[in-house]
Amino acid sequence: MGIFDPVKGFGVTFGMMFKKVATEEYPEIGAPAAPRYHGRHQLNRHPDGLEKCVGCELCAWACPADAIFVEGGDNTEEERYSPGERYGADYQINYLRCIGCGLCVEACPTRSLTMINFYELADDNRQDLIWTKEDLLAPLLPGMEQPPHPMRLGDNEQDYYVGGPALARGRGVPEQETVETDTEEAVR
Amino acid sequence: MTVAPEFSDVDVPEGYVKLTVDGEEVVAPKGELLIRTAERLGTVIPRFCDHPLLDPAGACRQCLVEVEMNGRAMPKPQASCTMTVADGMVVKTQVTSEVADKAQQGVMELLLINHPLDCPICDKGGECPLQNQAMAHGRTDSRFVDKKRTFPKPLPISSQVLLDRERCVLCQRCTRFSDQIAGDPFIELLERGSHQQIGTAETADVLDAASHTSSGQPFQSYFSGNTIQICPVGALTSSQYRFRSRPFDLVSTPSVCEHCSSGCAERTDFRRGKVMRKLAGEDPDVNEEWICDKGRFAFRYAAAEQRIRRPLVRSAETGELEEVSWTEALRAAADGLVKARDGKGAGVLPGGRVTLEDAYSYGKFARMALRTHDVDHRARAHSDEELDFLASRVVSDGGPAGGGVTFADLEAAPVALCVAFEPEEESPAVFLRLRKGARAGDVKVVHIGQWASPAVDKTFGELLACPPGGEADAVEGIAEHAPDLDEALRADGAVVLVGERAAEVPGLPTALHHLAERTGARLAWIPRRAGERGAVEAGTLPTLLPGGRPVADADARAEVERHWGLEAGTLPAEPGRDVTGMLNAIVTRDLGGLLVGGVDLDDLPDPALARKAFDAAEFVVSLELLPSTVTPYADVVLPIAPVDEKGGTFVNWEGRRRPFTVTLDGTGALTDCRVLDTLGVEMDTDLFTQTPDAALGDLDRLGAPKGTGAAKGTSGALSAPKGTLGALNAPKVPLGAPTAPPTPGSGQALLATWRQLVDDGSLQIDEPALAGTARRVVARMSRATADGLGDHVTVSTGRGSVTLPVEITDMPDGVVWLPGNAPDAKLRATLGAGHGAVVDIAGGDR
Repeated sequence: MGIFDPVKGFGVTFGMMFKKVATEEYPEIGAPAAPRYHGRHQLNRHPDGLEKCVGCELCAWACPADAIFVEGGDNTEEERYSPGERYGADYQINYLRCIGCGLCVEACPTRSLTMINFYELADDNRQDLIWTKEDLLAPLLPGMEQPPHPMRLGDNEQDYYVGGPALARGRGVPEQETVETDTEEAVR
Repeated sequence: MTVAPEFSDVDVPEGYVKLTVDGEEVVAPKGELLIRTAERLGTVIPRFCDHPLLDPAGACRQCLVEVEMNGRAMPKPQASCTMTVADGMVVKTQVTSEVADKAQQGVMELLLINHPLDCPICDKGGECPLQNQAMAHGRTDSRFVDKKRTFPKPLPISSQVLLDRERCVLCQRCTRFSDQIAGDPFIELLERGSHQQIGTAETADVLDAASHTSSGQPFQSYFSGNTIQICPVGALTSSQYRFRSRPFDLVSTPSVCEHCSSGCAERTDFRRGKVMRKLAGEDPDVNEEWICDKGRFAFRYAAAEQRIRRPLVRSAETGELEEVSWTEALRAAADGLVKARDGKGAGVLPGGRVTLEDAYSYGKFARMALRTHDVDHRARAHSDEELDFLASRVVSDGGPAGGGVTFADLEAAPVALCVAFEPEEESPAVFLRLRKGARAGDVKVVHIGQWASPAVDKTFGELLACPPGGEADAVEGIAEHAPDLDEALRADGAVVLVGERAAEVPGLPTALHHLAERTGARLAWIPRRAGERGAVEAGTLPTLLPGGRPVADADARAEVERHWGLEAGTLPAEPGRDVTGMLNAIVTRDLGGLLVGGVDLDDLPDPALARKAFDAAEFVVSLELLPSTVTPYADVVLPIAPVDEKGGTFVNWEGRRRPFTVTLDGTGALTDCRVLDTLGVEMDTDLFTQTPDAALGDLDRLGAPKGTGAAKGTSGALSAPKGTLGALNAPKVPLGAPTAPPTPGSGQALLATWRQLVDDGSLQIDEPALAGTARRVVARMSRATADGLGDHVTVSTGRGSVTLPVEITDMPDGVVWLPGNAPDAKLRATLGAGHGAVVDIAGGDR
């Protein structure tokens, strides 16, 4: 061990002081995930606010961890939550079980279920980690209204699936505003 | 060089042919369809329209195969579901033939052209033959790029069945079922070409109108649920099960229907502790693959909000029922029953919906804990004559193994005489068998009743009309007035089916007994409730001990005493009182307490007497699922398990045991036999019926009466001379004699009535969709009787009145028919009268 070794050690320390800091101040400042990080799920909406989920349970079927529970319901003319006949009456994801694999997102036939990059899924009790439909539904963007309400963008669900975003523009949503709830802007 | 198949090696028995399927030589019975022959070899040919219990149709063309006859190939692929086997035929399925495979793929592509592919929202998704076979035998891509044909959907063709015409592949299973099996052809193929669709007369009109418009004549059939089950796509769905769950959510348990006495096999599907649906199970001996809508759709009573889940005891201070612990409730019940027993005595009314095990426990409880024969499960009209009839003709008939009438016998009988029995309303599985036999031309069905009900038409039957109460005379008069029927009844295999209504007709059981003795026709008693036959076997009657042992027989009593570990002479030698006897005894203060199972006071012959008696009773213990008419009078209410939450055995009308296991496990609900066992222990009596298995084991160890086993085993048909039976089992000839029905005066009529399948029964609560398929509630009478009454008739007795619309029907004059327990016409409750009573009729206003 040489006589200058202790000083050399401090040299490394001092040297680091002038380099870029890699440490992230979490949770005080926060740490955004990569833009395409798969965090928690979100149930998206059509541009008029109706839910995209049809309660088909394909996500629950695909889930390897049995984390999803869905129960379908019957839309009526008086009480409509989604275009078409069927909507998801009960939707629960158990984040104690979810392994974030994203198979549910792949299974979703209406692109209702997507993942956003929110990842703070920790809690001190089990009950609060079962997220229900209210927690998972995307926020209402401009031009959307809280269901139940009648179909605003067409006469049947075909109109929604074929030309939903374009029809929403017709209803006065400005060009630069998004009508998709599953983009990153929507998360912000 | 290929070697020619060697045909000479295999022997072909008479009635069989030899053919080659996929290069494999096979011997098949003549007349077998190719699709079944291939199936026996393990090759599943895709199909939609083919169903083993329906006539072949060749409608969907999915089952195409290549066929070669006499060395010459047929020019085009053939439908294997309509072609029967022939000698020397060479068949190539999709396994070996590219032509067949390509043809099947082409058909699948065609079927899918207008299919909406909305599997994610379709109830059939996950258990859909179209889905599965498209995956197995279809192309991966569709070449169809144009706009699909659409229809408004869903279209309710009844309150229970929803039609989605876009999904339909026009296989016609539903129309063929309705036409052939059920006989209710309300749906048909309509239109032509790409507009061809399934529908009713009225759905055709709403082709372009909005959905959810249904009125007029709906698809009104008691069997419509079967069309949902056999639909190979999601075109017919159930409004009750709509969007409730997916096949992979469901846990399925085989079960037995708890409604009528046919004991149909069912499959119960549940999710997270809740029954979601029931499907028909497969049992060729009993229900084949069909069940009625009541069995399929009426099950939510067990999950009703008002269900009693905790024991209740009437508080001394407030006089109200209050929830208490099991220990407290059992203590209170035991104390009260001991006091009643040691005072004037206590009786037991188990009701007709008990399992064999529970019935045995009620009977044993009455005899051991209450030391009485006052036990009677007949919560309906009853008579002493019926009691003798049950003891002599029913309990001893040996069941299917001992030569009793079976479902298969119904199908093969030369003549089936239905007396005081409405097969479609009271036991739909029996109706389907009768219709099947009659449709094949084997069975001649004769009904003795009041009017030609739909069941008479649909069994191609003949009606011998008689006034209500005159059935006994009609049966006695067969030899004189219908010699051809009398002759037919002497033929081998002839059967006489008698319903529970026989108890209301004085002399009818005797007349039937004489008829059977005279002609040799076999008798079958077909009660309406699932537990009645089992309860007779288990001895919950005032004159019968378990196994059909007569109470009056000292040896029989001694045998039961030994088995139950009682001291000799403990069982009273005198028979007990029947239901009415018990109720009268309470009113006259000769009986103190009652232990009541699933009994509705409004089912009893005299609801007013019943209410008076229950009011006067010192102590009433009620074992119930739901609050009932007994609950207001009960001092202790003990909750028991519905069939979904317990195991047990129903004995169907044949005498066949129909065991079932627990569907919803771990709900904590207790069976009747368990509750009675614990209650017995509280009263210092061990019943050994803690579980259904223990109770059944105990009953089986007691077995058949000694000395009659051999006779029962060999006697076969009921018509065997009764002298060959041991003295223990010697039947008493029923005592009653036919009496002429009372003659109605002016402004009066004789009341004819029976209960309809879908009505206001307590097991049909919370089922609005099922209730929507009930028959229209009307009063029926002949034109002469209805003369001057107007559109509505008010039928009244001293107790009350019922007003219903009149429907003119071809029936005897001076007779009015009313449904027994319809929502607007609860006859027993309002009129206090039953079949054969004299009632006042007058024009009514609505």
